[in-house]
Order: sequence, then structure tokens, then C-alpha cells
Amino acid sequence: MIRLLFTIIAGVLLGGVVHLVSVLALPRIASQDAYSRLTPMTKKNAVTALPLADPENAPMPFMDPAFAIAICRYDLADGPLKLTVPVSQAYTSVSFYTRNEVAYYAINDRSAGRKVIELDLMTEAQHNALPEDEEITAADRLIIDSPTETGLIVLKALAPEPGLMPQAQASLVASSCSMQTDAPPVKAGAPSGKR
Amino acid sequence: MRLIFITLLALVLATVVGLGSTYLTATRGTDLGTLTIGAWTARPKSGTADVDPYSRASIARSGELPIGTGDGIAFSATSDDKRKPLDGRCDVVVSGVTPAARFWTLTLFDRKGHLVANSLKRYGFTSQEIIRGSDGTFEIRVASRSRAGNWLPTGGIERYALMLRLYDTPVGVATRTQRDAPMPSISTVNCP
Repeated sequence: MIRLLFTIIAGVLLGGVVHLVSVLALPRIASQDAYSRLTPMTKKNAVTALPLADPENAPMPFMDPAFAIAICRYDLADGPLKLTVPVSQAYTSVSFYTRNEVAYYAINDRSAGRKVIELDLMTEAQHNALPEDEEITAADRLIIDSPTETGLIVLKALAPEPGLMPQAQASLVASSCSMQTDAPPVKAGAPSGKR
Repeated sequence: MRLIFITLLALVLATVVGLGSTYLTATRGTDLGTLTIGAWTARPKSGTADVDPYSRASIARSGELPIGTGDGIAFSATSDDKRKPLDGRCDVVVSGVTPAARFWTLTLFDRKGHLVANSLKRYGFTSQEIIRGSDGTFEIRVASRSRAGNWLPTGGIERYALMLRLYDTPVGVATRTQRDAPMPSISTVNCP
């Protein structure tokens, strides 16, 4: 009898361990998370506009139907990314998510404070590899450190009335998200040449 | 023989207890770090890098993207002020004022996060579309049949959730009470 009681207690305690491990592991093993859902319909390192949310097909649950949404699925393996988003009339925001949907940074048009939101996205290692004196000119470039090499950038533009939706979508079409192809290698080479 | 049986029992029990509790917390959510004002609940930490593991698990399971803190905050309600679950066959009135924000949107979802089909193609309101009283307050009627004023159709579904999203708002991790964030009231007025 005591042995059975002991077994149950041991089982429940072990169950607690299983619970903690599975909760921590769930974000990694989930197959229907936002990143996995968006992967087939988005291009890597490019802006893809999502279809408007409607009852029959919505790429993700709880999407706000008042927003035009575009996704840039990024992979920083080959170098930093440059993001340019023109501000729409009403409200524009850019949110950054890691591979496991942690929202590590978000900015809106007002905090960006100008007509175009311009950001550089790189991993911490790439940020550290930036030449020191480049940071001074970085005053007008906002640099975001991504905790993971891959992730999602969500660009949103609000249509305050349904009739304004085409305008909101147009402002997202004009946005871009691409590798910094030519500029950084040249800049990175120049300072070492001077010294 | 007895030892094997007992070990197996303990392991089976561990699996059932462990995975069962994970399933429950991932689908229903926990009260960890929630901000509740009236019938509305938000998880301000979900939009930051220090989101708790339980919220991460439920986000991964549902497949949504939480709204980032620099962007805004999402409040959801599944019951009215008297804790009665929101019923699409009843008339529900959402009235009052909202916390300071540049824009807000109020959207109706079913419990799984899908929009509800209706002939008007109206799934929610934005702060600019709403018709307000002279004192700035508003009243939205959530009902299956058309109503005068701000009518939000439910499509007659039994259970739904309302989501109020504030964009560019001071409401966030530091918000605690109704005084910081005056949320609209939700009341069921007429039920067949």
C-alpha cells in the first residue's frame, strides 16, 4: 500500500518535470506556429504582402482586419538586412519577431519620426564586426540586433476606414527589405586601409 | 514483476500529468502576467523579449503573432462585466471610453481567432469609423440582427471573443488599474 502511494507521488513529481520540459520545448517543436504558417507563402529576404484577413482564409488567427500586412521573412546568414518602409497616412508600424515568435522590437511611424522608417537588421556578431567609426554616421540609421539568425518582420499599415485600404496596401508595396549588397564590404574595407 | 508494474505506473502517470497540464496551460492560458480591467484581459509582457514560457507555448500553439509593445497592446474579452460568456444570439453593448491611444480597433472573432462571416463584411470597428455621442463616449451594439448606430454583427454564433487593440498608446507593462486605462464596459442587455 505504501509502495503504491510512493509510486503515485513519484509519478506526479515526474509529471511536473515532464510539464516544465514540454512547456519549454513547445515553441521549438510546434509545427503550426506563425513562422511555419508563413514560410510557404512568403519569400526569403523580400517583402510579401499578405492577403486581407477574411473569414475563409486568414494566414494567422487573431489578425486585425483593419490593417494591410506585409511580411519580410529574414535570414541573416549572408549578411545584414536593410529595411525601408514609407509611412502611410494613418498609422504604420514595423514589428520584429524571432524564429520562435518572440516580439523583440517594434516601432511605429511616430517614434521613427520621419516619412520613411529606415532600419538595419543584423545579428549581434555582425553588429560587433561593424567598424567603430561607422557608428558615428549611424546617427540616422537605426540598427536592430536580432537575437536569432532567422525571423519575421511584420509591416502593418492601418486603413482607418475600409475605403482607405488600397492606400495602406500601396504604401506597403513601396517598402523594401533586402540584403545590403554593395555598400558594407566597401565601407568595411576602407578604414582598415587607412590604418 | 511488481517492480516493473510500479515503474510503468509511475511513468504513465508522469506522462499523463505532465502532458495534460501542458495542454491545458497552452490552450487556456495562465494568469501569469495578465492585466485584467473589467471584462478585458491583456498580456503586456507578450509583446516584449521577456515573455513568460507559458505565453510562448500558447503563442506557438495557436500560431498567432503577439502585438509588439512598441506597436500597441491587445485586450480581449470572452465574457461581459457580470462574467456571463459573450453569446452571439444576445444583444451585447460595449460602451464608454477607451484609454489614450492614437488609434484603436475593436474586432469580433470566434474562440479560435477566425473572423465571423457576415453579409456586411463588417468584422470590427476602428476608432475613426465609430459614431460617438457629444461627450466623446460611444456605444457599440454587438448583435446578430441589424441595429441602429454602431452595429457589429455576430453571425449568430454561440461563443465569441472581442478584441480591443490600442495602437501607439501609453498603456502597457506599467499599467495596473482602471484609472490608468479606462476600458469600455460590456453588458448583455437582451437575450432571447
